Formats: sequence, C-alpha cells, structure tokens
Amino acid sequence: MGRRKPTVAYELIKGLWDENPVLISLLGLCPALAVTNSAINGLAMGLATTFVVTCSSVMISSLRNIIPHQVRIASYIVIIATFVTVADRFLAAFYPAISKALGPYVPLIVVNCLILSRQEAFASKNNVGRSLLDALGMGLGFLMVLFTLGTIREILGSGTFLTYQVMGDWFQPWLVMVLPPGAFLMLGLLIGLSNWINDRRAKA
Amino acid sequence: MSTSARMIVVLTLIVTVSGGVLSSLDSYTAPKIQHHRLVELRAAIADVLPEHDRYDELALPAQTLYVGRKATGEPVGIAFIARGSGFQGVISIMVGVEMDFARLTGIKVLEQIETPGLGTKIVTDPTNKANPLWFPEQFVGVWLEPEITVIKNRPPTTETEIQAITGATISSRAVVKIINDALKRARFEYRSSRGNVS
Repeated sequence: MGRRKPTVAYELIKGLWDENPVLISLLGLCPALAVTNSAINGLAMGLATTFVVTCSSVMISSLRNIIPHQVRIASYIVIIATFVTVADRFLAAFYPAISKALGPYVPLIVVNCLILSRQEAFASKNNVGRSLLDALGMGLGFLMVLFTLGTIREILGSGTFLTYQVMGDWFQPWLVMVLPPGAFLMLGLLIGLSNWINDRRAKA
Repeated sequence: MSTSARMIVVLTLIVTVSGGVLSSLDSYTAPKIQHHRLVELRAAIADVLPEHDRYDELALPAQTLYVGRKATGEPVGIAFIARGSGFQGVISIMVGVEMDFARLTGIKVLEQIETPGLGTKIVTDPTNKANPLWFPEQFVGVWLEPEITVIKNRPPTTETEIQAITGATISSRAVVKIINDALKRARFEYRSSRGNVS
C-alpha cells in the first residue's frame, strides 16, 4: 500500500469516531440493540466487549506468526471464546444482578462481528502495541455508543438514569423506548446524527 | 514440520491452554456463583413463607419442595418453584402454601420476560404509587379450592379471585394458570410421598 502508515495515537482514537464500530462500520448491532434498555446494561456490555476484544487482539497479535493461515479462524474463535467465558463467569460471580440482566448476550459476545473483524483485519497483521491500541479504541467506541443509547432509552423509557429518578412525576415514560422498536429508532437517529456531523465536517 | 502437522499442533496447543485456563477459573468462580443462587433461593422462600425460621429440602421425584419450619421444628408451610409459559417466555414463580394446601402464603416471580411496562406489573407496578406490589400481594391468603380464578375490571368478591392487570390479561392469567397447575402437582407429590393420596 502506498499510503503512509497512520500514527500510533490514531490507532487508538480512530475507533472512537472515524471508524466507530457501530456508527460507521455497523458492526455489533445485535448487542447494541438488545441490551441497551438501561444505561448500566449498556455500560456493562461495553466493558465486557472491550475486555474481550483487547485481550483477544493482544493474544492473537503475539501469536500471529505461529498460527497457520489455514486454521486461523478456528484459532481466533477459541481464543475469543476463552476470554468471553472468563468475562461471563466473572460477571456471574461478582455482579450477579448485571449478569442476570444481560442474560445470554454475554456468551453471545463470541459471535460479535466487531471482535472477529478486528482480529482478521488488524491484529493478525500488526504488532502487539498497535493491536492493543486499536482494540482498546474500538472497544471504547463500542462502549461509548452503547452507553449513550442506553442512557437515552432509559431516561425516555423509564424516566431514570442509572436507576435514579431524573424525570418528575409529570413525566409519562415512553414505553416504546425500552422495547425493541425504541432500540431501532434511537440507533437510527444516532447514526443519522453522526452522518450529518461528518457531512458538515467534510464540506467545511 | 509439514503444514498439516503444524496446524494440528498449534490448534491443539491453543485449545489445551484455553481448557486449562477455563477449568481453573471455574473452580474459583463456581462456589461464588453457587452461593449467589442459594442467597436468592433463601430470600425468595423468606418472601413467600414469612413465618418460617428455617427450611428443609424435600427432594421428590418431579420437583423439590421446601418445607418451612419455625425454630421449634413446627412446620408452617411449603414453598416450591412453579414454571410455565407467560405472554413471551417462561415465567418462574416461588409459591408459598400452607401445610394443608388450603391457602397461599405468598408468591414471588423469580424470572420473566413479559412486556416491559405492562406484563412486568406481575412483579412490580410503578404506576400504582400507593402499592406497586398490589398484584403479587393479592395472592397472599387466597383460597385454593376449587381453584384460583382471574376476573377483570372489578375488585375480587370471593376468596379465590384475583384481579387481572389492565392491559396484561394474558400475563395475569398465565401467572394464575402456572400456580394452579403447579399446586395440583405439588399437592399430589407431597401427599403421595407421605402415603395418603387424596
């Protein structure tokens, strides 16, 4: 490739906006839609995913010259599944309430395209340092969107933020926001907003 | 080393290390997870058998009954977990009943995925500021013969009636049906275990 190699700092920050996994690449939409009915769920899911993608990227990047090309996907899946199980058991042992609220979506991090795509597109081709920053940035970008989505849906749908009442008695909760259609509506609006901001920046 | 040999060796190594890590993690977290389950179970039994001080587990072929006793050993009631279909998924309920299966002493919904804001009122009803627990509390002291029935849009007039939640009739009916069915089974099992089938 004739292009200049991006700076190290850019590997970290690109995941937050320019290449945000949810808003730009539209990856990992299933958990983004399914668990964001409250801010704490979005936060917990974002942290668990960040943990898995970061550990897997470091591990896979350091093994990238050992793993034969033909069995790379199988190897990636085993490594990812290991870290997912660690995250799942950790939540169940120390945060049983969150583990119960997230239900099957913690084990399902295994099939989150965001994670496998980082391994295939980045960690298997770059050194450990860059892979770490890339994965951390992608994980935090994912966390940021899930937390924002969860916050908006919780405030509009339940009138609470992190279970504290923020809306007065006059407020009639918009039930649709904690139901699946609310997730689609709100995610659509967020993606629209980010595209609008990017368009304006491109023109300016 | 040939490619296929390398493939086998590398993949085997990765899987072995992964298995080792996970099994040592499991031996560390499993007792903690078990402990949370037990705490949850105890809290649920305490909710539905308010008068009990301790309980014995009575493992019967089809289900486990929890016989609540006072500190003196006198039995005060039986608790068990009832499961069945709700409006969307499975509802599981801890049910507390008197020793003679005449009246309920309380219920607590343990798991449900009913519609938020409507069906979830079977657990708590935030729109009823005076008593968010009005629906589950209706079951305290309700008589079981011939069976619990659901009525709509008016307060109960007989001792076996439960008022349905407005907008969540299916969820309300599901809770009552799950309890009725499970009670029949539990009563049969308990009495057969003691040798007097009635």
